[in-house]
Amino acid sequence: MTRTQLELSGVSIEFPTPKGPFLALDNVNLKIAEGEFVSLIGHSGCGKSTVLNIVAGLLQATRGGCILDGKEVSEPGPERAVVFQNHSLLPWLTAYQNVELAVQQVFRKQMNKAQMREWIIHNLELVHMGHAIHKRPGEISGGMKQRVGIARALAMQPKVLLMDEPFGALDALTRAHLQDSLMEIQRDLNNTVIMITHDVDEAVLLSDRIVMMTNGPAATIGEILSIDLPRPRNRVTLADDPAYNRYRQAVLRFLYEKQRKVTDLPVKRKREGMESGKAPVKAAADTTGDQGQARSALA
Amino acid sequence: MTTLTLAPLARMARQTREQLNVKHLLHALGMPLLGLALFLLLWQGAASSIDTSLGKFPGPAAVLEQFDNLWAEHLNERARGEKFIAAQEARNARLLAENPGAEVSIRPYVGRPTFVDQIGTSLLTVLSGFVLATLIAIPLGIVTGLNRHVHAALNPLIQVFKPVSPLAWLPLVTMVVAALYVSEDPMFQKSFVTSMITVTLCSLWPTLLNTTAGVAAVSSDLQNVSRVLRLPWLTHVRRIVLPSAVPMMFTGLRVSLGIAWMVLIAAEMLAQNPGLGKFVWDEFQNGSSQSLSRIMAAVITIGLIGFLLDRIMLLLQKKASWDAN
Repeated sequence: MTRTQLELSGVSIEFPTPKGPFLALDNVNLKIAEGEFVSLIGHSGCGKSTVLNIVAGLLQATRGGCILDGKEVSEPGPERAVVFQNHSLLPWLTAYQNVELAVQQVFRKQMNKAQMREWIIHNLELVHMGHAIHKRPGEISGGMKQRVGIARALAMQPKVLLMDEPFGALDALTRAHLQDSLMEIQRDLNNTVIMITHDVDEAVLLSDRIVMMTNGPAATIGEILSIDLPRPRNRVTLADDPAYNRYRQAVLRFLYEKQRKVTDLPVKRKREGMESGKAPVKAAADTTGDQGQARSALA
Repeated sequence: MTTLTLAPLARMARQTREQLNVKHLLHALGMPLLGLALFLLLWQGAASSIDTSLGKFPGPAAVLEQFDNLWAEHLNERARGEKFIAAQEARNARLLAENPGAEVSIRPYVGRPTFVDQIGTSLLTVLSGFVLATLIAIPLGIVTGLNRHVHAALNPLIQVFKPVSPLAWLPLVTMVVAALYVSEDPMFQKSFVTSMITVTLCSLWPTLLNTTAGVAAVSSDLQNVSRVLRLPWLTHVRRIVLPSAVPMMFTGLRVSLGIAWMVLIAAEMLAQNPGLGKFVWDEFQNGSSQSLSRIMAAVITIGLIGFLLDRIMLLLQKKASWDAN
């Protein structure tokens, strides 16, 4: 491991509600090394997205803070590019123009027009979108949109790439493709990545470390699991790998035994909106691994 | 083998498609025609049993005849105008030939405005009023949409002024225009300015409200993108806020144009702006046996033009909006 690039220390956040402040996160401490791939996993409503948004600077911690390369994060910025869950592309711009907006903003002073053009196309090709650079988001599939979203984030050359359930809305096959693409890109560029996921297989397959979060309110980090599987990793051969399965089991045990959601009342589901109830379903419908195992863990 | 067995199936499929097409055509063309025919019958029937002080209420035939008359009058007036200009040019040429230093006067032909001229005036007035309304409503809507304090300040005013009828505005506008728009050689007639401003006052609200709503409703995801990119405020507005508000804006513009056209007729009637409204008013005052059929012709014309304007707006909307299909 190389030097620590990003550090969360004593991060707590409260949201004001009519019934008084709601403590969403309590004392989150985490150090992430340069080039490391870290997944955040936990049940819905445990504050994974909140952690990511604090690192992104979109939310401000009530106590504690986030330090990137020795500087405290106080506002959003392109050195902490975010890949949003629902792609968040501007629907009136083509794939090329969407990436261009980011490139123009970040490299205005360093690049001339031709260099920008080359850089935009390079990044779109990196996510295998070279064939559809002049298509608008409405004209391409969900997986392709997410690819463009990733290209836009990569094109900012971020120090840290933040991904908020980037593949959550995609079908299983598309998700597997994108996971492979992401591993490829990560191998080449060696970005520091923080990714939120609900998918146990995804977490084990992609991560160097898996950060498992306890249930909210006052959620914090429950366990951290280091995944010492050699890279490049292959989902097919890993399926029979005992070490891989041990890691999976460890995560599943954390999620469904230690942090089992017992208060899954309908009222609560409603309040949590779209996110609620998704985690168990998704884990059961796992793409790559042994489905029976996920189900038995659920039962 | 497969082709053989599939051939009848394919033929059947084609047949049903043709049948569908016929059905579709009947529905798309036949039903409107049927509706129109029924309407004309009803009109004819009702018209013959209504006696007014100006004679029988005109039926479809009488109105159609008036369309012919109005067109003929227009051509006639044009011919007279050309004759006048030709005569004037001939006279001037003669004067100049006799005495090269002679002062010749060139006067434009001032004839009675024909029905076609009045349509032109009405269109010009409504478009000027609409453009003025747009120039006010869109920037104001952007500001109100961006700033909730401005929104809170303006919203009550908007809600109160929005439902005001043009007839209520008109006397005020007339007096204000008469007081403020004074010049030796006015570029526009006062009646034109009065009608235009009335149109503006009545038609700016839908655009204003929709622009406000569109600007205020930029998705939080896109706002986050903008924050991560650290877009400067102006770039944020230009690249994120405005494009995402465009579809709503156009919806507002379409409603505004519809209102502008409706309001215009009333405004012209009262302001005596030489447009379709004045045509209707003059015919009403005129009270000849043909007046009612001429007014009916104007009513139909007004309807058709309104429909056309709406279609044009729809076309523009489809061109400009990113979400239109």
